[in-house]
Amino acid sequence: MKTELAQYRKEELLRILTIMQTIRAFEEKAGMMYGLRKIGGFCHLYTGQEAVAAGAISSLDLSKDYVVTAYRDHGHAIACGMDPKKAMAELFGKVTGCSHGKGGSMHLFDLEHHFLGGNGIVGAQIPVAAGVAFAQQYQGTGGVTVCFFGDGAFHQGSVHETFNLAKIWNLPIVFIIENNQWGMGTNWKKVSAVDDFSATAGAYGMKGYSCDGLDVLEVRATIEKVVSEARLGRPSVVEARTYRYKGHSMSDPQKYRTREEIDEYRKRDAIQSFVAKLTGEKILSEEEWKDMIQRISAQIEEAVAFAEESPEPALSELYTDIYA
Amino acid sequence: MPELTYREALNRAMDEEMARDEKVFLIGEEVGEYDGAYKVSRGLLAKYGPKRVRDTPISELGFTGLGVGAAIVGLRPVVEWMTHNFALLAVDQVMNNAAKLRQMSGGQISVPIVFRGPNGPAEFLAAQHSQSLGGFWMHVPGLKVVAPATPSDAYGLLKSAIRDDNPVVMLEAELMYPWKGEVSEQEFLVPIGKARIAREGEDVTLITYSKPIRMVEEAAERLAEKGVRAEVIDLRSLRPLDEETVVNSVRKTGRCVVIDEAWPMASPGVTVAQLVNSRCFDVLDAPVELVSGEDVPMPYNHTLELAAQPSVEKVIAAVGRVLYREDL
Repeated sequence: MKTELAQYRKEELLRILTIMQTIRAFEEKAGMMYGLRKIGGFCHLYTGQEAVAAGAISSLDLSKDYVVTAYRDHGHAIACGMDPKKAMAELFGKVTGCSHGKGGSMHLFDLEHHFLGGNGIVGAQIPVAAGVAFAQQYQGTGGVTVCFFGDGAFHQGSVHETFNLAKIWNLPIVFIIENNQWGMGTNWKKVSAVDDFSATAGAYGMKGYSCDGLDVLEVRATIEKVVSEARLGRPSVVEARTYRYKGHSMSDPQKYRTREEIDEYRKRDAIQSFVAKLTGEKILSEEEWKDMIQRISAQIEEAVAFAEESPEPALSELYTDIYA
Repeated sequence: MPELTYREALNRAMDEEMARDEKVFLIGEEVGEYDGAYKVSRGLLAKYGPKRVRDTPISELGFTGLGVGAAIVGLRPVVEWMTHNFALLAVDQVMNNAAKLRQMSGGQISVPIVFRGPNGPAEFLAAQHSQSLGGFWMHVPGLKVVAPATPSDAYGLLKSAIRDDNPVVMLEAELMYPWKGEVSEQEFLVPIGKARIAREGEDVTLITYSKPIRMVEEAAERLAEKGVRAEVIDLRSLRPLDEETVVNSVRKTGRCVVIDEAWPMASPGVTVAQLVNSRCFDVLDAPVELVSGEDVPMPYNHTLELAAQPSVEKVIAAVGRVLYREDL
């Protein structure tokens, strides 16, 4: 454990923890705001999975790398550096949201921070991510694209078509399967022919890796390695085994799983485990952790206030942002 | 002016645009080594190399979506579909991604991409390969749809499409590729969203797009022999639709026949007919007639296949109905 932590400067470890806690606090607040009907429609919370976005995205150079994901996208957006104000305002449907209130929860975008969404059709973002990687290769930017998708998306044809394209053209891309074990209400084992998604990489001539998606440093180390491979034109597939605490979306009564299962995973909570490591090694004091929680909590409160106070889009916005 | 085939005109447009802008590349099945399934990309691989003329696996969803991704970070892909029938496998990428990424991102992203390939019935190709699918694309806000019917328009519209910062779907046709027509040697663009008056007339307006244009022009010629002066409008773009040219013509003639080889339900033809009904109702001397493809999957048998499509005779009969003349 000590050597693992020793690879990183304290600032970097705290940056990773800050990302995780910001996502957690944002999602918990988003859940509350949904309950208060400030947020409507489909709202897929990332609570429980924070280590994957934080571990993976913190390893990137977002001056040239890009991130593409699906509809459970708040965590990835925040990890890329999206201002929580813009994210919360988008959830509230306000004109100050990152997408001017036109995208909502499933369609967060932040071009400036190289976060390209936010896609609501399961698996539809995967070939798009390969196209971003294609452009990076074409223009010789040295950048890599990281494409996130879930265990549910894995069975879409788009995954397999894109794996093949990525390999035949040696695109600078990393596919991260966030296996949170539940594709809506269907357990992944029930619908998967394999019990290890990373094994399928071999069928397309790529390397596959597995990592514990609840261990942020394991995610980080794995993604660092595969991103450096991808920069050399070697795409790969990573399965991060994780767990979502909340339902598929806010409207999910979760009758398909037990309270005990959720509680078991909460005992292994990614943030709590990481904090325990950091405090155990005296990298973080209890006091500093409390301060961090408080600071982030205030930041999320500010985001809510910003979203509340922001104006609705004018009706004249209906026909804007459609054609360039 | 020199004559080019429709195929050569498309080829020249892509060649010039690739020479002009390094960001333009061509991607699709058989576009490189094979020189294009219909030879539209002949010679481009030799000239621009495999980086910019990219043969793909048979993977329409994959390479169409890849094109969208390349476009959103600054490239200008030309995605060739071997036919629009095969593009049905990629509808999600066009309808849900290309058409919507700009709006869903609040205008942060633009998607400068062209999707092109043959559309509509050819000959003896049976049901799955003989569909006129322009209405699918025309239905979707966020897309532009062009359907050039002459080599000159094929050249000018493809160049405009490549330079456009929005996704543009282009409808070509297998049987049009060998069509010849004059194309100026000087470089030019044809603006998207402008119809063309292919023939001027006073008595009736015939509106069509893409391959049926020649059949409609022949019908107009035969009508002229019987003293009926038909105006022929070639829409050229389905989205945006040039409403003014359509409305001005029908306001002049008072009678309108729309000819569309697509099926009659929810088609480009009914959209145009509805436009004429709503904007020209006060001047119409007869209900708008629609000559469409028959409402059946295309049969293989040639006699049945021809019977399923608009024809000169069907157009003349429809003109007879709007003119209340049984002698036509």
